[in-house]
Amino acid sequence: MAIGFTLNGAGQSVDVDPQMPLLWVLRDTLGLTGTKFGCGMALCGACTVHVNGSVTRACITPIASVTGKSVTTIEGLSPDTSHPVQQAWIEEDVPQCGYCQSGQLMAAASLLAKTPKPTDADIDEALHGNICRCGAYAQIRRAIHRAAEIKGGKA
Amino acid sequence: MSSRRDFLKAGAAGLLVGLVWPERSPLEAQGRGRGAGPVRPSAYIHVAPDGTVTFQITKAEMGQGTVTSLSMLLAEELDCDWKSVRTEFAPVDPALYGMQGVFGSASIRGTYGPLRQAGGAARAMLVSAAAQKWSVDAATLRTDSGFVVNPASKARLSYGDLSLDAAKLPVPTSVTLKDPKNFRLIGKPIKRLDTPDKVNGKAKFGLDARVPGMLYASLTRCPVFGGKVKSFDAAKAKTVPGVKAVVQISNGVAVIADNTWSAMQGRKVLEVAFDEGPVAAANTAGISRMFADLAKQPGSVAKQVGDADAALAAAPKKLEAVYETPFLSHAPMEPMNCTAIVRPDSCEIWAPTQAQAGTRNTAAQITGLPTESIKLNTMYMGGGFGRRGGTDYVSEAVEIAKAMPGTPIKLTWTREDDMRHDLYRPASYVKFAGAVDSEGWPVAFTANVACPSFFGGGRGGAVDSTAVEGIHTLEYTIPNIHVDWRKADAGIPTTFWRAVGYTQNTFFAESFIDELAVAGGKDPVELRRRLLAKSSRLLAVLNEVAEKANWGKAPKGRYQGVAVVNNIGSYTAQVAEVSVTGNKLKLHRVVCAVDCGHIVNPAIIRQQIESGIVYGLSAALKDAITIDKGAVVQGNFNTYDVVRIDEMPVIEVHIVETDNNPGGIGEASVPPIAPAVTNAIFAATGKRVRKLPIRLEDIA
Repeated sequence: MAIGFTLNGAGQSVDVDPQMPLLWVLRDTLGLTGTKFGCGMALCGACTVHVNGSVTRACITPIASVTGKSVTTIEGLSPDTSHPVQQAWIEEDVPQCGYCQSGQLMAAASLLAKTPKPTDADIDEALHGNICRCGAYAQIRRAIHRAAEIKGGKA
Repeated sequence: MSSRRDFLKAGAAGLLVGLVWPERSPLEAQGRGRGAGPVRPSAYIHVAPDGTVTFQITKAEMGQGTVTSLSMLLAEELDCDWKSVRTEFAPVDPALYGMQGVFGSASIRGTYGPLRQAGGAARAMLVSAAAQKWSVDAATLRTDSGFVVNPASKARLSYGDLSLDAAKLPVPTSVTLKDPKNFRLIGKPIKRLDTPDKVNGKAKFGLDARVPGMLYASLTRCPVFGGKVKSFDAAKAKTVPGVKAVVQISNGVAVIADNTWSAMQGRKVLEVAFDEGPVAAANTAGISRMFADLAKQPGSVAKQVGDADAALAAAPKKLEAVYETPFLSHAPMEPMNCTAIVRPDSCEIWAPTQAQAGTRNTAAQITGLPTESIKLNTMYMGGGFGRRGGTDYVSEAVEIAKAMPGTPIKLTWTREDDMRHDLYRPASYVKFAGAVDSEGWPVAFTANVACPSFFGGGRGGAVDSTAVEGIHTLEYTIPNIHVDWRKADAGIPTTFWRAVGYTQNTFFAESFIDELAVAGGKDPVELRRRLLAKSSRLLAVLNEVAEKANWGKAPKGRYQGVAVVNNIGSYTAQVAEVSVTGNKLKLHRVVCAVDCGHIVNPAIIRQQIESGIVYGLSAALKDAITIDKGAVVQGNFNTYDVVRIDEMPVIEVHIVETDNNPGGIGEASVPPIAPAVTNAIFAATGKRVRKLPIRLEDIA
């Protein structure tokens, strides 16, 4: 049975097992590989996407549960890599291997949407679930503060 | 990155420089002492008529910055416009490119001279082409960011406009390199070339390979190391929607489906019986006892100075201590995976691998095809840390693909597969003895090491250097030293883990040196200064870190620990600042000084230093792989947690540039962090941590 939802602003319908996690629908069925597989148990944050604007771990989210909802992935964060977190990530040159960064960026974008000027404690709380084995945490923190400035209109 | 096909198409027109030095190039031969075999370096530089410059990157990228750093070396001497640079991963061609793999923090060390020469050769050809056009002496011309300039006439020609003519000229046999004071790129914090694609989802990692007609595989292996499949029943697995086939390979039984999740679901109901083999009896406590017993037996000598036994017997003050570290998993964010298609006459692979040549050889062995018929597409790696030097996951994918000829197969390991079938950092055990003289200075130092071997050694008295490096490589001047090793085979597969033997041995040795300082009543920095008087580079980073960390003047309630290491051609010192309240440990600050010789990109050096400290910190604070009934107990990040953003200390990096050939950087900062922290814990509590990971009950 077809499952309908909004994906990165456009209507999307997939005919898959309703229990199949959103992660694998995105990656295998729809070919959007920017969302990553890391643990399969919502322990690492590599698969972080937004569902109706909220941070969601796609690896444990059955596709049926997003029926009628709006899903945003890294590919839909901006059409031209211009979202404040993407700009800040480039300015700060954050990624090393880069594998976790889609999830980090999605978590950071959600934090800034709710908390325009996050403190270090806010960042710790919002990003605690996103592992970076390259240990780029200090740069991630600086980039989030910078993204808040960009979003607030500071060049 | 553009595709190889685009490159070849473009290569039909324009300057294409493939340089092969028959033997070691002059710069290479000048003396990086380490690991210098015959080097046949080369690089492909393509200058297209539109001015685009494409570099073939012969090394793989796992986050360490090779794509950017190697491009900087080429672009510096080519003198092209940095904005015109494009890159792609080179095909595997050992005859042309030499060693293609990323190990031992060796990429910059191995290419610093050769890639600059390649860039300089291409530049010389472009200059010659302009000289012919203008009928002037090439020596009167100069280059400026993608243009050849005639200072006399003010005429300018772009590299793009010259590329077709330059391509007809011979490749020069010798090249004059830039005076370093004229560098525009090398030594500057140039932005990474791979960043934009890594913030918008476009970067293609191994797991992102997509090939038309591809099917997805998940493999059940025997949980016990060395075990084999006895029998299996695929009936239930085949009823799972999406499952297409079930095939047995040498290492297990694979479920193949039209998506990853269905393959994993099929695997859940696949019934497999195993012959578990002899390792089934192994457990961590037994392995630890075996190591301890072995450490009492005679070992193979790795280093001997003076007469340590006599010095120990005669010294007024002696101490002994036993240290131990566990097996560790690499746990890169991207689980192991490989995509492969096997046809009667060819095989194509998409792999996130540190071992490009090894991957091709592995596929050739399994398929029976000549290596030239194996095409490897080098993908970005979601972390490597040594794990992806192994080709076990490549073997599995190629075996499955061979069983389904013509069908592309993507094999994806689950996190549990990755953690339970890693090739681990070896567990290790060491028994130290040491003595100080009547004035408190060390006069004897002995270490009896027991740990597994994966790098040769252990037969006929030969020593596996990876088992003792960090101990037998200590530069401390102590008059009597004895270091030996015995191979302790626990049946657990092991391999390189970021910084290799130093990861445990620097913890052991730098802790025991601290114990000797305490025994002699010496300040840990003062003692190291004295013992490193003849090691100018280590002494310099020690002094730098002591000054920058305000050694001896920690804020109230905080305590400092120091550790140093010389590995991969670089010299690193760290001071950790901790507080311990009850059983709560907080690491506030880490100050690190590093001398890695000539600097290519200071921003990447800082990244790598921070990265190594965090990687080492997870091992110091959290991680252990334990064994029960021959299998790994941990399976995911809930049982093998790692440092997260809220646990980050402030890290300060101080680069001490020296006039030496570039050292490695990816592994430089991993070893000292554990002993810097545990030495600081000793300063805070008087409790000596001799076993990792640090257990809070041991320091409360």
